[in-house]
Amino acid sequence: MKLADREDVLGVVMLAPALTYVILLVGVPFVLAIVLSFSTATAGSLTFGWAGFDNYAAILRDPVFRRSLFNSAVVTIGSQVLVVVLATAAAQVFRAAFHGKRTARFVLLLPWAVPVSLAAIAWTWIFDSTFSVINWTLKVSGLLHGWLYWLGEPGLALVAIIIVHAWRIFPFATIIVLAGLASLPQDVMEAAIVDGAGFWRRLFHVELPLLLPVVAVAVLFGVVYTATDLGVVYILTGGGPANTTQVLPTLAFQRGIQGADLGQGAAIAVFLLPFLIVVAIGMLRLARHTEVGAR
Amino acid sequence: MAGVELRNLTRRFGDFHAVDGVNLSIREGEFLVLLGPSGCGKTTLLRMIAGLEHPTAGEILIGGERMDANVPPRARGIAMVFQSYALYPHRTVFGNIAFPLEAARMPRAAIDQKVRWAAELFGITRYLDRYPRQLSGGERQRVALCRALVRDPQVFLLDEPLANLDAKLRNTARDELKRFQRQIKRTTVYVTHDQVEAMGLGDRIAVMDAGKVRQIGTPQEIYEDPVDTFVATFVGQPPMNLIEVPKGGGKLLGFRPENFLPRDQFPGGEPIRPFAFAVRRVEYLGSDRYVYGTVTEAGAGDATVIAKLPATVSAAIPDGETLPFAVPERALCSFDAATGARLR
Repeated sequence: MKLADREDVLGVVMLAPALTYVILLVGVPFVLAIVLSFSTATAGSLTFGWAGFDNYAAILRDPVFRRSLFNSAVVTIGSQVLVVVLATAAAQVFRAAFHGKRTARFVLLLPWAVPVSLAAIAWTWIFDSTFSVINWTLKVSGLLHGWLYWLGEPGLALVAIIIVHAWRIFPFATIIVLAGLASLPQDVMEAAIVDGAGFWRRLFHVELPLLLPVVAVAVLFGVVYTATDLGVVYILTGGGPANTTQVLPTLAFQRGIQGADLGQGAAIAVFLLPFLIVVAIGMLRLARHTEVGAR
Repeated sequence: MAGVELRNLTRRFGDFHAVDGVNLSIREGEFLVLLGPSGCGKTTLLRMIAGLEHPTAGEILIGGERMDANVPPRARGIAMVFQSYALYPHRTVFGNIAFPLEAARMPRAAIDQKVRWAAELFGITRYLDRYPRQLSGGERQRVALCRALVRDPQVFLLDEPLANLDAKLRNTARDELKRFQRQIKRTTVYVTHDQVEAMGLGDRIAVMDAGKVRQIGTPQEIYEDPVDTFVATFVGQPPMNLIEVPKGGGKLLGFRPENFLPRDQFPGGEPIRPFAFAVRRVEYLGSDRYVYGTVTEAGAGDATVIAKLPATVSAAIPDGETLPFAVPERALCSFDAATGARLR
């Protein structure tokens, strides 16, 4: 019997590469992280003691951790709100036919294609305490009288981080929303026109409700990207000043790798998991609930 | 109430003339059916009246007022029912019917009253809290009609509203639609490719082909007195038989299948045209029999013709035999073989 006819063998052979990849590069680190979070393991030592929930108890008592958790939430929610507004607005623009649309769409997609680290370095210059182009522009146009120390003040630094995250995710979200717009039933939109609905009523009462499942998917991706991102905060502020802009990934890196406390680092990283799962389930349920079922 | 006047209405998509210089006068309160094969421009014509599509040339007048491209759909006094019904899937039946009223900023209480009145009229009051996906095709169609009705339009535009219903429902829906239109007495333009719908619903029918109106008239005029071979063969099921006239100098002779009967069905007196009918096959359809075969006229080629015999004609029609058939002279139409135009 030829191999091509033996579906049982063929199935295993063809699945093997993908399975190996998922098990080795996703499954093992994932399980390892959970195991480590319950251990007293440190970097540079081979001892491995059972710690139970000690690591979790320790981080929950730690004000820096609580601050990071809060920051993670603020940065994720803030940037996604910004992304949803900007992406739906940009999608409206890109839906129209205009000269140079292809070029504009290419430029729009660039932030998404640029490596995070590279982009973050460019942004450190934009937010630089001396050379900030934002400050200079505001100053010259007479809108700013003092001086903004973007990355030096905790509040402003968080705003800066939110802006960079939003800037990064927004092109991707725009493309998703554009695809959603293209798939909206044309006759329903025309019915709304004939029914006498103006632009805003069509947008808020027909288009956006119909787009909700698609926007939910875009937000889901955005939340996962943002909440798990290390690079932006690491390069922009390094978690400073004085740990006020730490987010969970940077704190996990600081404690687990730089501070060599693998157990606590893992506990911080794993702490995100249940939240992301809840968000994911919520989003998917929302998407299913509002699914278009007209036909 | 208002009539609709189309003057030299033209819509081109690139080189393609979707609608090509249509002149049409739709009377107040009339039920006009635009009938034609797919791609003939009937839907484009309807969309131009609605203001969803802009004419390349020509004029549209609704109630005597010119509707230029800058008059938006909502200001035209029209309501439209789409083939897919185009209900808002995220709104309840109530929300769907109320939508145009909300857009018109009608007070809440008045909206509520009007929606209930319309729902009552179409017998869908108990579905008001449901979502479109929870309704059957026929119920959705009624919701779409309700939504059009509450706007109190001068003109109803219906784009194949029965096409998505199954065959059983279509008969009752057609009856309901006609009763409804009689009741509200509004000018209605109805697009369909189904000649049965057109014949059954229309006060008048405009038969369209390739962007042009070929003929406009009552269902009876269209059926009995077609102006060309297109109308003759598009309307009627099975279509009109066309055969070449021997030595006729490029003339076609047309007659309806139900007028083509065994010769003994014509008792003396009535002038008839006899044909020798070579029967190929008989289709028994319950109320009728369709007989397929050829008519061999001296000098002419073998043309396939169909005879439609009602159940009252009980004569045996054996396959393969040549039988004497005939058509009454009054039921014969002649057409120009080259242009297809009717010869009088």
